[in-house]
Amino acid sequence: MNPSSSLLSLLSLLLLFSSALSFQSDEFLHHDDDEFEGVRSSRDPAYVSPPVRRRPDLDLSSASDSKSVQFTLEHALGDSDFSVAGTFTARLKSWTHGGQTLTKLRFTRNAISDAEKGLFERLLKEDDFYTIRIPSNVLNPSGKDYVVSSVRARCLPRESLDEHFVIHTDGVNVLAVNYGSAGGCQYPRPLKFPAKWSFSSYTVLKNGEQAPRTPTFVEQLIASESPLEEGVKPPEKSFWAKYWMYVVPLGFVVMNAMAQATNAAGEDQNQGGQPAQRAPAVRRR
Amino acid sequence: MEARFLLGFLLLLSLLSLSFSIYEDQVGLADWHKRYIGKVKHAVFHAQKTGRRRVVVSTEENAIASLDLRTGDLFWRHVLGKDDVVDQLSLSLGKYVITLSSRGSVLRAWNLPDGQMVWETVLQNSNPTDSFLHVLGNVKSGRDSLILACNGGSIQAVSSIDGLVVWKKDLSVDGLKLKHVFQPPESDTIYAIGFIDTSQIAVYHLNAKTGELLKHATQSSPVDLSSEISVISGDSLVVLDSTRSSLLLIKFTAGSITHHHKLLSDIVEDFSGTAELIPTKSNDIFVVKAPSSIAFVKVRGDDEIELIGKADPAGIVSDSLTLSEEEQAFAVAHHSSNAINFHVKINGREILTESIKIEEHRGHVNRVFLNNYLRTDKSHGFRALIVMEDESLLLVQQGEVVWSREDGLASISDAVPAELPVEKEGVSVVEVEHTLLEWLKGHMLKLKGTLMLATPDDMAAIQAMHLKSSGRNKMTRDHNGFRKLIIVLTRSGKVYALHTGDGRIVWAYLLTPLLQSKRCPSPSVLTLHNWRVPHHNALQENPSVLLVGRCGAGLESQGFLSIVDSYSGKELENLILDHSIAEVVPLPLADSSEQKLHLLIDNDLNAHLYPRGLDSLKVFTSEMANMYYYKVDNAKGVVKGYTFKKGCSTWSSDAYCFSTRELWSLVFPSDSERIVATARRKMTEVVHTQAKIMTNQDVMYKYISKNILFVATVSPKATGGIGSAGPDEASLVAYLIDTVTGRILHRVTHQGAQGPVQAVVSENWVVYHYFNLRAHRYEMTVIEIYDHSRADNKDVMKLVLGKHNLTAPITSYSRPEVTTKSQSYFFTHSVKTIAVTTTARGITSKQILIGTIGDQVLALDKRFLDPRRTANPSQEEKEEGIIPLTDTLPIIPQSYVTHTLQVGDLRGIISFPANLESTTHVFSYGVDLFYTRIAPSRTYDSLTDEFSYVLLILTVVVLVAAILVMWAMSKKQDLQEKWR
Repeated sequence: MNPSSSLLSLLSLLLLFSSALSFQSDEFLHHDDDEFEGVRSSRDPAYVSPPVRRRPDLDLSSASDSKSVQFTLEHALGDSDFSVAGTFTARLKSWTHGGQTLTKLRFTRNAISDAEKGLFERLLKEDDFYTIRIPSNVLNPSGKDYVVSSVRARCLPRESLDEHFVIHTDGVNVLAVNYGSAGGCQYPRPLKFPAKWSFSSYTVLKNGEQAPRTPTFVEQLIASESPLEEGVKPPEKSFWAKYWMYVVPLGFVVMNAMAQATNAAGEDQNQGGQPAQRAPAVRRR
Repeated sequence: MEARFLLGFLLLLSLLSLSFSIYEDQVGLADWHKRYIGKVKHAVFHAQKTGRRRVVVSTEENAIASLDLRTGDLFWRHVLGKDDVVDQLSLSLGKYVITLSSRGSVLRAWNLPDGQMVWETVLQNSNPTDSFLHVLGNVKSGRDSLILACNGGSIQAVSSIDGLVVWKKDLSVDGLKLKHVFQPPESDTIYAIGFIDTSQIAVYHLNAKTGELLKHATQSSPVDLSSEISVISGDSLVVLDSTRSSLLLIKFTAGSITHHHKLLSDIVEDFSGTAELIPTKSNDIFVVKAPSSIAFVKVRGDDEIELIGKADPAGIVSDSLTLSEEEQAFAVAHHSSNAINFHVKINGREILTESIKIEEHRGHVNRVFLNNYLRTDKSHGFRALIVMEDESLLLVQQGEVVWSREDGLASISDAVPAELPVEKEGVSVVEVEHTLLEWLKGHMLKLKGTLMLATPDDMAAIQAMHLKSSGRNKMTRDHNGFRKLIIVLTRSGKVYALHTGDGRIVWAYLLTPLLQSKRCPSPSVLTLHNWRVPHHNALQENPSVLLVGRCGAGLESQGFLSIVDSYSGKELENLILDHSIAEVVPLPLADSSEQKLHLLIDNDLNAHLYPRGLDSLKVFTSEMANMYYYKVDNAKGVVKGYTFKKGCSTWSSDAYCFSTRELWSLVFPSDSERIVATARRKMTEVVHTQAKIMTNQDVMYKYISKNILFVATVSPKATGGIGSAGPDEASLVAYLIDTVTGRILHRVTHQGAQGPVQAVVSENWVVYHYFNLRAHRYEMTVIEIYDHSRADNKDVMKLVLGKHNLTAPITSYSRPEVTTKSQSYFFTHSVKTIAVTTTARGITSKQILIGTIGDQVLALDKRFLDPRRTANPSQEEKEEGIIPLTDTLPIIPQSYVTHTLQVGDLRGIISFPANLESTTHVFSYGVDLFYTRIAPSRTYDSLTDEFSYVLLILTVVVLVAAILVMWAMSKKQDLQEKWR
């Protein structure tokens, strides 16, 4: 078991423990990532798992300026139009080398209205899609480009409606939002209403990974040149591997010959040792 | 010590790969190679009195070739490539072929007999436009003759011997386009005639030796000029006006320009509409194609014109052929049902009419090139090279087709494999050897071959015997699935079925004539799909293929479907649709008669289900809730996913029409990313196992999903060619996207990398090729993706207690816990296309098929692209077959599946499985075609063709004899023993 997964299980155990004691701590659980925060609008987090992710290679010391930006989450229930459902707040960090990144994402969900609840119940009955969208450019939302994501409505209900956002960003642009339930959502999906009509949200910001550089082996090749001069022999096969096809028949022949020889010897012995017995004479007829 | 181990291992490996390759005498046993040239656009005949008669052609595929006029065989051929379009072709000094290409900027001379390039000159043009070439024969600068290349307003004279630019003259007049250059015999002055914009005619007198401008004159034209001209003699030409209803005769005499305006209605009776001037070069005759007829017009004196002949407007007129000073010959050919009517006219008078029978599937006549020869009775005979609608090339002479070339096969756009008919009872597959003696002889020869005692003649005999006895050319299905049909679609809309045995054409079918007769004026075929693949229910039915196309050039034009029988090539059904076609989505479903379901997505994102039938509708609607569709918009940088809903607004009464609803979208920021490549898994690919056992007996589960989409984007600055952006400006981002939910499974950025990107996705991995600007080398990266959520299934106790969830359905809606492993390697070649081998059950290890820049196909073992390669693999890892890490992928010369051959202008590689698990078919196409069978892990499930049955039988016989002898001996000995 690797340390990250042990940490993971430890944390979830801790959480379970805390929820069992019904202690509502508003303290943010510490893990070494300052770029996302989950803010739950409802209580009883049924599932929280720190994502296994890498930190982008950014020079933290070069951060010079940061300001707050807000952008809205809109949702559509089935075929209805999009309406505002919540607000994301993030810090916009500007780096000395000119780039800007979003950090410290917080999310607040609006409460579900009765009309929305009715619509959501219909979605659950029909197993239709619940769709959300956020503007792709958070600095100046033009209202044209949105990143959209959908999930089967029946995937969401647990205790409350558990949702999980993964927002992929590239600087200040949102590339994609992956929206889904917190856990698995296996087919067939039974109809189930949540106990509490509120969303329990969990958000993650993800930046891209840098590819490692292609390894180069120039030094090793140079180093390996000296043994090359000594002359390389192909790996020597063992005697058995080389000549088994000759040895096996030879073995058979030898064994055969031996058997015959012992046979003959035995017969001689028989003849010599028990001369009185003449029973084989019958065979000679 | 370790290094020695490593080297030893590498040596062993190289020996191993050596054994994968084929031997010299095996070439041509399973593979074939066909050379084509493409649709001919220029042809120059070269028929000397002695020597071989040949025709030099250049084609739309940018090939230059010399063909034998008697047989149509290639003497030589060069494929210049996509970016080097041949503009003009000409002969010089009777021994050089001169070509002007790349919009008039590259001039080359090729040696006529063997096709060697003699010289190449790059002409400096400020603004390349339509340019033309003029070969002057009689410039007196030694024995040299000059080649004049005109481009817009500049003329360059190039020596035809060494390609040096003798002089260059830029006339530097805005809007000037030179149209004609001529040199009167025995004169040192060159006359260049051009139009300035569309209103002025200009003539320039130049010194032929120096290019010095001697004199020039301009005159405004009474009408707006079009660019269509016809040269009627050295110093006069005819030009059509921009309304295409009148002509202007222009004559240049000693520094002055005279012109006469003629209305076409005066020449052609009942003229209406617009006319075309057929560009010819002849003495005093020009040809006008009007809607009602083709008119041959003779010019007498300065302004007198006379209609001297007419022809059917459906005909195609050849270039003019000068027989003598007085006589001009033209050929007119047109197509009627299953014959070509071929007429030759001398000075407008018809002297030859032939009706030449041709196959129906060739379509109309597209181009005619006329040539004459001296008959045995000293009269003129005519032959013509005819380019047909299906891009095939015919040589007709004496009312017959002398030879034909199926050059449409040079422009394949899509290919699918198809099965051959099942063997009927009573027909034996195995050809029985005639006599025992022959059989013995054959096997003796084989034995000699194996023991390396055979002479070259014997080897040839063995080769021929192999070919004969393998029965690979039969028209029936074989047990191993080696014999198949490859159905290919060409640009011209013709469908061919090629036999995998020898590449012959089993049938051919041209789609367009039938469609044109209906309400589909200019059909263009887009894609080819398997329509019916009979398995269980419909075995008595023939398999068939579906062709999808559009009736016009625009995206909005209505679509059509055509279903063609795979065995016979007969069209079973054709449908002209009411809606447009943006995309075809083949579904993994079939109706009760084994017809595969297809969704055609139109431009308004409505989905139309085919085949139309209650049965297919039922199958589709039951699965509709789990159907998703995605669309990549390269221009906007958006990927969107959709689901289907019943009923659509435009065709509300149509039960087979479904609307779509957007489920997800990804927006790549336009200021930093541009989509350059997408790739996805083949829908038909079979994966044998989900689990991968690691060296430490651990199990990893492959993340196997048919919905993985690979998208590569590069920064906008790096979309140009290599060198257009620096390493700091360029970056490449690779995405793995789930197309059901739009989830980004993996995203990785390669700094300092740029396209062109070629990628292939298979099983749980993707391999992509790009350029690394930092290392100045091409690179290939592999990403393998593993499912982590199933990792706890390894527990044996759970398995025993039945608590494992291996059988639980996998859904895209569960949040995937995936891990990826990745590694990059340098690769020496740039890559044109990339594919992967597929086998029947997915057990055999994979090879990546790389179409290299040298037009060859390289089979690279997937083991080289394993992300788990380490510099010093442990003993267990070595046993597993992990190759020590190197920074570069090795290119082993023996692993070229095309061995010494080249597939000119390679465009695509497809791989499809044989019934035998170890073997896969590989078909690559470009201007040439190449097919072979390869076995990536060697033929472990069958004996090779070289297996010596004689040796086996001999061994058995010897053993039996030995047993008998031994038995007799032992009996004898026994008897002796007993008598003792």
